[in-house]
Amino acid sequence: MYKIDYKRTHMKILVCISNVPDTTSRITFTNNNTEFNTTGIQYIINPYDEIALAKAIEITANTTNGSITAITVGDSNTEPTIRKALAIGADNAIRINASPTDSWFVAKQIANYAKNEKFDLILTGKESIDYNGTQVTAMLGELLNIPSVSIAKGFHIDNNQITVEREIEGGKEVITASLPIIIGTAEGVAEAKIPNMRGIMAARSKPLEVIEAISIEPLTKTIAFETPPSRGTVKLIDENNINELIDLLHSEAKVI
Amino acid sequence: MSVLVYIENEEGILKKSAFEAASYGKEIANLLNTEAISVIIGDIDTSELQKLGNYGISKVLHVTNENLKSFVNQAYASIIAKAAENEAASIVILSNTFSGKGLAPRVATKLEAGLVVGAKTIPTIQGDTLEVQKMAFSNKAIATVAVHSPVKVVTINPNAFAAKEIGGVAQIENFTPEIAATDFNTIVKEIVRATDKISLPEAEIVVSAGRGLKSPENWEMIEELAKILGAATACSKPVSDANWRPHSEHVGQTGIVISPNLYIAIGISGAIQHLAGVSSSKTIVVINKDPEAPFFKVADYGIVGDAFVIVPQLIAALKAYKSN
Ligand SMILES: Cc1cc2nc3c(=O)[nH]c(=O)nc-3n(C[C@H](O)[C@H](O)[C@H](O)COP(=O)(O)OP(=O)(O)OC[C@H]3O[C@@H](n4cnc5c(N)ncnc54)[C@H](O)[C@@H]3O)c2cc1C
Ligand SMILES: Nc1ncnc2c1ncn2[C@@H]1O[C@H](COP(=O)(O)O)[C@@H](O)[C@H]1O
Repeated sequence: MYKIDYKRTHMKILVCISNVPDTTSRITFTNNNTEFNTTGIQYIINPYDEIALAKAIEITANTTNGSITAITVGDSNTEPTIRKALAIGADNAIRINASPTDSWFVAKQIANYAKNEKFDLILTGKESIDYNGTQVTAMLGELLNIPSVSIAKGFHIDNNQITVEREIEGGKEVITASLPIIIGTAEGVAEAKIPNMRGIMAARSKPLEVIEAISIEPLTKTIAFETPPSRGTVKLIDENNINELIDLLHSEAKVI
Repeated sequence: MSVLVYIENEEGILKKSAFEAASYGKEIANLLNTEAISVIIGDIDTSELQKLGNYGISKVLHVTNENLKSFVNQAYASIIAKAAENEAASIVILSNTFSGKGLAPRVATKLEAGLVVGAKTIPTIQGDTLEVQKMAFSNKAIATVAVHSPVKVVTINPNAFAAKEIGGVAQIENFTPEIAATDFNTIVKEIVRATDKISLPEAEIVVSAGRGLKSPENWEMIEELAKILGAATACSKPVSDANWRPHSEHVGQTGIVISPNLYIAIGISGAIQHLAGVSSSKTIVVINKDPEAPFFKVADYGIVGDAFVIVPQLIAALKAYKSN
């Protein structure tokens, strides 16, 4: 959307990476439907976080002195995911060693790390596809007292100024602000990148630091899951009998 | 104690989702035997503000401020949090709109409140614990979330809770909280809105089409069908990727997630990533020439056939139906 024109020499970026079940996973539950069943689940970088990372790479490619730190709040099982971020192009990685209990917990952990690091830009995805929150981005903005755009469709940086396009109902809004800022990236911000062999080799020697979590009480808890009710079998209507569809929509489904 | 509802407006007008939020807040206030109060920001006529009384809001805190004519995420969040403190709100309700998604986590953080985004039902409240349902795993699961913090923030999905006119009068007060200069870090430069269109996230009926339509010219009949039904239009991802339709119409896992009362899918195969955005629609109609299309497995009604034959017939039949 915007042409790339980052007139900066220095750009320190933090990209928040969440570890989520592959989009095609069958979702089931255990323990009397109180826990997500992780058996056989493949984990991936949250697709929106891949977009954030790709955008960060695009930005630093155009600055003489840029760096990308990838951060995740997760236990040791999430290491392959954060390593993949290194293989795609992050310079170093941080894993805050804890199971993410709720968004508040995650935002507090990341804020605690970021508060002294003077990032120019913090990128997240617009939401994690497991719990579908769109929460961490604005919470982090609030905790660090910097502006945030939770769902951005595109942005452009010129020196210290950023111009962000965000979605609104039935249209879009263009916002300007000064750095630092935190942005949640949606589809279209950048094209996700696949790690190549060189990246995978290089990732082995890139630093991955494990930090112990600070003690935070979560404020919410997911206590039960259910599978959405099935719609039953589809009622097929003969293509020569369109009026039957209208009747059903009117008197059975009551939607027209 | 009270329930505080943040009411959005679009250039001084309250939209459907605003009344839904007001009614939702009122329903929760009833559970707590307390009143529902709303806060609203911007230049809005008193007559428009008074409409909220009809949905059960007893008091409206109205903030007008030269610097708040357009949306400023941080300043708006500060105002909502201050209103919540002033009114001793134990629950704060916002609409799960694009702006609401940016505001609610900030409000919750300021109040150290547990947050549930995208509630789809009325919560149950027992003592200090609120429990409410929301979709998770891209519409593949319904999660029940419990919140234990003294103050709670809940955002309600558009279309999830019907607005209820119950009669009533709202008292309107000017609210002038102090807002820090550092809350004005963002400036809105431009707003582009297709005013002639029904907003997709809020629409009760959505007519959507996919690659089966072959080329962008063929959307004329889709638009016509939508117009007759008072529906918004949507599309699958490859359609917007090919620029046949604007990106704002793309629904699915990577697009907008909607739950209209009626979703009509025409020439869309029903890939899992598409379903992630639409499967919580109340009623789904699928029109596809391939009887094996996966979309039929999650549809309520289906017609197997050629869209280029069926859609014009449907338009004609609906015209006749509407004129009766
Ligand atoms: C990470 C990821 C994220 C994705 N996110 C999304 C998303 O958010 N939203 C989304 O939609 N997709 C998404 N996709 C793409 C998705 O997997 C499918 O490729 C896409 O939804 C297919 O679009 P379609 O149904 O329009 O096209 P197709 O799959 O090509 O289906 C066209 C359908 O039209 C039917 N048809 C053809 N001619 C006619 C006719 N004359 N009359 C009637 N029917 C006809 C065919 O039988 C077929 O079923 C994503 C994919 C990935 C990998
Ligand atoms: N456990 C986590 N570790 C690091 N970043 C996260 C984590 N959870 C969420 N995020 C980031 O916050 C964004 C929004 O997530 P959410 O609020 O969970 O929808 C994600 O796209 C990630 O960038």
